[in-house]
Amino acid sequence: MYVYNDYDQQLVNDRVEQFREQTQRYLAGELEESEFLPLRLQNGLYVQRHAPMLRIAIPYGMLSSLQLRKLADIADEYDRSYGHFSTRQNIQLNWPELERVPDILAELATVQMHAIQTSGNCIRNTTTDQFAGVLADEIVDPRPYCELIRQWSTFHPEFAFLPRKFKIAVNSAESTDRAATRVHDIGVQIIRNNAGELGYRIYAGGGLGRTPVIGQVVSEFVPEKHLLTYLEAIVRVYNQHGRRDNKFKARIKILVRAMGIEKFREKVEAEWAHLKDNDSTLTGNEIKRMQAHFSEPDYADLPATDPAVEQLKADSKGFRNWLERNATAHRVPGYTAITLSLKKTGVAPGDITSKQMRAAADLAERYSFGETRVSHFQNLILADVRVSDLPALWEEAKANGFATPNIGTLTDIICCPGGDFCSLANAKSIPIAEQIQRQFDDLDYVYDLGNLDLNISGCMNACGHHHVGNIGILGVDKKGAEFYQISLGGDSGLDASLGKILGPSFNAEEVPSVIEKIINVYVKERTEEEEFIDTVRRIGIQPFKEQVYA
Amino acid sequence: MPELIVNREVVADTFSYLTVEDAVPATGDVIVPLAVWQDQADSLLARGGRTGVWLASDQLAEDLDERVHQADVVAIEFPKFVDGRGFSTAYLLRNRLNYQGELRAIGDILLDQLFYLQRVGFNAFLLPDGKPAAKGLELLEPISVRYQASTDTPSPLFRQLESA
Ligand code: SF4
Repeated sequence: MYVYNDYDQQLVNDRVEQFREQTQRYLAGELEESEFLPLRLQNGLYVQRHAPMLRIAIPYGMLSSLQLRKLADIADEYDRSYGHFSTRQNIQLNWPELERVPDILAELATVQMHAIQTSGNCIRNTTTDQFAGVLADEIVDPRPYCELIRQWSTFHPEFAFLPRKFKIAVNSAESTDRAATRVHDIGVQIIRNNAGELGYRIYAGGGLGRTPVIGQVVSEFVPEKHLLTYLEAIVRVYNQHGRRDNKFKARIKILVRAMGIEKFREKVEAEWAHLKDNDSTLTGNEIKRMQAHFSEPDYADLPATDPAVEQLKADSKGFRNWLERNATAHRVPGYTAITLSLKKTGVAPGDITSKQMRAAADLAERYSFGETRVSHFQNLILADVRVSDLPALWEEAKANGFATPNIGTLTDIICCPGGDFCSLANAKSIPIAEQIQRQFDDLDYVYDLGNLDLNISGCMNACGHHHVGNIGILGVDKKGAEFYQISLGGDSGLDASLGKILGPSFNAEEVPSVIEKIINVYVKERTEEEEFIDTVRRIGIQPFKEQVYA
Repeated sequence: MPELIVNREVVADTFSYLTVEDAVPATGDVIVPLAVWQDQADSLLARGGRTGVWLASDQLAEDLDERVHQADVVAIEFPKFVDGRGFSTAYLLRNRLNYQGELRAIGDILLDQLFYLQRVGFNAFLLPDGKPAAKGLELLEPISVRYQASTDTPSPLFRQLESA
């Protein structure tokens, strides 16, 4: 993974001192609340319902065991011994004290981490596929490009006070999009053109929130070396022309829609014409330098299968189930990628205790070259596990609460912190996730349902990505009471689509049975091999409506 | 009294800032709105005293023409410190129009923004009332590493390291 050089380290060290000084001025009354606000936000610090919330950056989801242990220490020392993985591959602490945040940042800096631009109206953490580098369907490893974007966007002087937050995601898989690039402000799809040259298809104007939109193509092919100048052109056009009079209309998606994609493209291309081939153009050396940070680990020459594993598969249904849902095929024979589930029933989705962080760090060291990844589905991944280690890893994963074999299923729920923590919430989301997990506690049944994304957001800010859940649940406020609106048919993949609202909302108690009715319609209507989303696309939402509101 | 920093020094502000309604005085240093400048740049420049033009936050660098090079000051207004359009306007003035004169940030700016403002090309800051220039000077360079190019650093860090 990326390792800091002296400059990278100096930059985060400087930031710690800068923020310490800003915090002191704020506490001394020299900075007003409104002035401190953007400064603390650009450092990931929110003021939440109960206490501040600190969002720590995990660039494109990569964590070393050293970093994970440091996060565990910080959670113990400064918080309540747990953290929460967000849907953008970051981690959040829910109970830090404002006065001690500079010390937390100083601790993070010792392990090459920071909280820079994890919030605020600036360019946020760049996200990508949690399986980057290990799957066969990838064009190239997207992480070097993510790191290039991270460095370019870090403290970009021109783009720190944009109309609104700005999120970039990179996908390099050919047949799927695990990074949900089409619902980002900019989506970078790495491609090869007909001549075999590497480049990017650039989407802009996607986003969730109260006006969900699927991104549109700005350029079909931007050659590899022009990545940063092209991004710069887009963000400059947005910074100049994005709306600033209404924060609900300030995202780039509104600008793209208002201008129309042709006009927007014209402006971007005109701006880019001035930048193309300037000094910000990537050099072959720089791309190579980045790629060297993500070189292959030292894979051994291994047989593709292992007799002991085959035996255990035959003997143990539990093991079989776990592999079926939590293992992903690796491009190197004898290895597999394993997802450690953070979706155990009764635990808030994405929550992890400090004890689990240390356990995951140990597992990563023992079984996966000392690295873990965070997925935007709020789980942890060990990307390079030897097949022969699977039985031992399974035992240890079970012992640490990581082995819930539900990845990709109905109970692998994406869920925002919601009303339990977030001051913007209309309704709680974590208890809803738990109720649904309890309702669907029959694993065999859940498996039979197959792949199904269920996403929950506590308000229309959509941190839980409800619009792109196959089933989406949105917390709404109805005369001061908490209600839930349900939508069907969302999808964040290559074929991205937004869910359609089923009808009037429900109270919390009704939600699990409504989900059950929806599932029943699917089970009844599905054809062989049809996944939930396919059935919804084929039959539309009417049959579901009829059952649910019967 | 708002304090003015020009080229890292605190100096007295000799300019008056006019609106479209104000009559232009025969002498003395003035900064006029874009519309007035577009209309009367030649006669303004013929007056005694120095002349500048100020842009509101929704006015773009491209609204200025060649005559900008004759201005003594271009000022860009920040109506609210969260309105970051002026950062791009400044960048474009310096890099697209190649404006070399004084570029002054006016309006609602934070001391903690001076670093970024300076990076995109401002060399003068009219600080809002109550914001001490002495403190501002301390905060000009909180971060010593610049990854990306901007007006102050035409080459990104990776190029500098490659050619070092
Ligand atoms: S979706 Fe709403 S409730 Fe949930 S975390 Fe985001 S802002 Fe808070």
